[in-house]
Amino acid sequence: MRLPRISLPGRGRRGVPDAVVAGASGATGVGTAPAVSDLPGVHPTALSWRDLTSEAVAGLASRPARTLLTVLGTVLGISALVATVGIAQTAGNRIVGSFSELEATSVVVTNETGFWGGNTRTAFPRDVEDRIGRLNGVTAVGVLGTVPMGENYASAVQLDDPSGLNTFQIDVYAASPGLLDAVKGEIRMGRWFDSGHETRADDVVVLGPAAAQRLGVYRVDQQPVIFLGEKPFVVMGILRDVARQPQLLDAIIMPEATARKHFDYQSASTVQIDVALGAAQLIGKQAPIALNPDDPTVYRVRIPPSADSLRNRVEGDVNSLFLILGGVSLLVGAIGIANVTLVSVLERVGEIGLRRAVGARRRHIATQFLVESTAMGLVGGIIGATLGILVIVVISATREWTPVLSPLIPVAAPLLGAATGLLAGIYPSLRAASLEPVDALRAGT
Amino acid sequence: MTVETAAEPVLELGGIQRTYLTGEVEVSALSDVNLRVERGEYVSIVGPSGSGKSTLLNILGLLDRPTGGSYRFEGVEVAGLDENTRTAIRGRRIGFVFQAFHLLSHRSVAENVGLSMLYTGVPAKERDERAREALAAVGLGHRADFTPTRLSGGERQRVAIARAIVAEPAVLLADEPTGNLDSKTSAAILELFDELRAGGLTIVMITHDNSVAARADRSVRIRDGRLTELGAGAHAAEQLEAGA
Repeated sequence: MRLPRISLPGRGRRGVPDAVVAGASGATGVGTAPAVSDLPGVHPTALSWRDLTSEAVAGLASRPARTLLTVLGTVLGISALVATVGIAQTAGNRIVGSFSELEATSVVVTNETGFWGGNTRTAFPRDVEDRIGRLNGVTAVGVLGTVPMGENYASAVQLDDPSGLNTFQIDVYAASPGLLDAVKGEIRMGRWFDSGHETRADDVVVLGPAAAQRLGVYRVDQQPVIFLGEKPFVVMGILRDVARQPQLLDAIIMPEATARKHFDYQSASTVQIDVALGAAQLIGKQAPIALNPDDPTVYRVRIPPSADSLRNRVEGDVNSLFLILGGVSLLVGAIGIANVTLVSVLERVGEIGLRRAVGARRRHIATQFLVESTAMGLVGGIIGATLGILVIVVISATREWTPVLSPLIPVAAPLLGAATGLLAGIYPSLRAASLEPVDALRAGT
Repeated sequence: MTVETAAEPVLELGGIQRTYLTGEVEVSALSDVNLRVERGEYVSIVGPSGSGKSTLLNILGLLDRPTGGSYRFEGVEVAGLDENTRTAIRGRRIGFVFQAFHLLSHRSVAENVGLSMLYTGVPAKERDERAREALAAVGLGHRADFTPTRLSGGERQRVAIARAIVAEPAVLLADEPTGNLDSKTSAAILELFDELRAGGLTIVMITHDNSVAARADRSVRIRDGRLTELGAGAHAAEQLEAGA
């Protein structure tokens, strides 16, 4: 076999003379450990970030199938987390979106005594519409109260009929002129009473559509009369619909003054306020004060839940369950990475020994395996975030929702994956670094 | 203590001891080993398995610490140095050739050779250039981009030798370099060692094979952890025969 003439490569780039270590002047005996700097010519070994990265990538690329399978655990965990957060945010947004303007603009104040009774009712003042109407943000206000009827049944015709077929037990409410707008009601025919009727305590009523049908009142242009007990009242209007206080649909409604005049009606029990969008919280605070400055707490106020609290509640419900699931899959992914990295360390004992022999320090070995596991976590995080976003988009598309995701998530998810890989790699890396080069070289091939 | 630099031996062991603790019993693997290897020398250490020759090589390669005695490497006492300094000397000044080659099977031949410069601050581009030069020097220039799995045993050992010499070490430590090779391939590898020796490289080779040992300038026998000088050339060969 012919061999070329051997000349050492490098040609004196680091020639023999300057390679001779210190003219033995600094030689010390066994037992003391001079620092590296005491030995000119022997610089400590190092590993640049660039080389470290390319070594780690080469290590991962040498077993592509295994690397991909290992990454899969993190992919599942991260995608589950991202999809969960995204779906929760999307759903939260959706609920707030469908949350009706009708509810959001309604404030109701009552002087109910609560479920168990107990407290004495505090009557509303007579000038409720004045006091509340002045508040900025109120678009309409009206009061409503039940009129106690006793044995006075409603009838359309006065007949002495023992069978009682033409008398009806219909609820009667007293209302203020502003109530129609406050309940967003519509009149089918005739009209709603105004402050003139209230002032004069006219004997007029407005019928809800169901009540009108029962009483057989279909037109109001002839000023039909109905009877409550034996007292006649002129029907001046029939409602088509109301958006709030639906009990009005099957009721007879009269001015408050009329109710006081003929029946034992003291005061309203409900103040219905229609507010501008976004003013509900504010009016909810101000209304009781306006009604009773001495002690606003005597009234109960019903305001719509704020959009934020609603969204948070929805997200909280969805999140807590699925975040746990996502967290568990991420944990499984981390264990997978730890496992595979450990197997990889055991498989590459020979390589570790060789690297130690050619100048790798323990921390170079440790960082190489750490970077490998972190890279797996990072890649898993990126793929997982991508898949998670895809899931959100697909689900949203099929349901015709608007996908919503905090912009923080696509940034945080890969970082979370990398952190998972880093944590998972700590133990295997320490194992790798703790190997004695002699043992590693003997064990490996 | 002034020592002429040129006269400084590469390796100098003085009364080296290495004992292992197996349970309560102290087992002596090396006792009172003295060895001096001059610059440019080709020394073989021959002995049967279990004689302590691997322990000796590990101590010479700074992979293991002696439990007693003095080890001067290029004039510096290294027996008591801290781990990082020993790693630095090992990485920069010592080249290893192993019986099992220890090549990374997934990396190219050139990358394998370049690995011995990875931790000594040589830039990637220069690593590649020097690796290819070293491969050309051992006759494998055309195999630089192969993976080791596609090479024969003899070629793999040449790659390992290229890796050992590419960083221009002060000494090449070879542990049974022909142990896994057939006789024809072994002869070619030994020829390569001869040429490296002719090029001025200091070589310490460990072997159990007397005929391999006889190729060196000087042979040292190790038996039961003790060294015996066998001298050089024909004289050594005679003694090797006698000892075998």
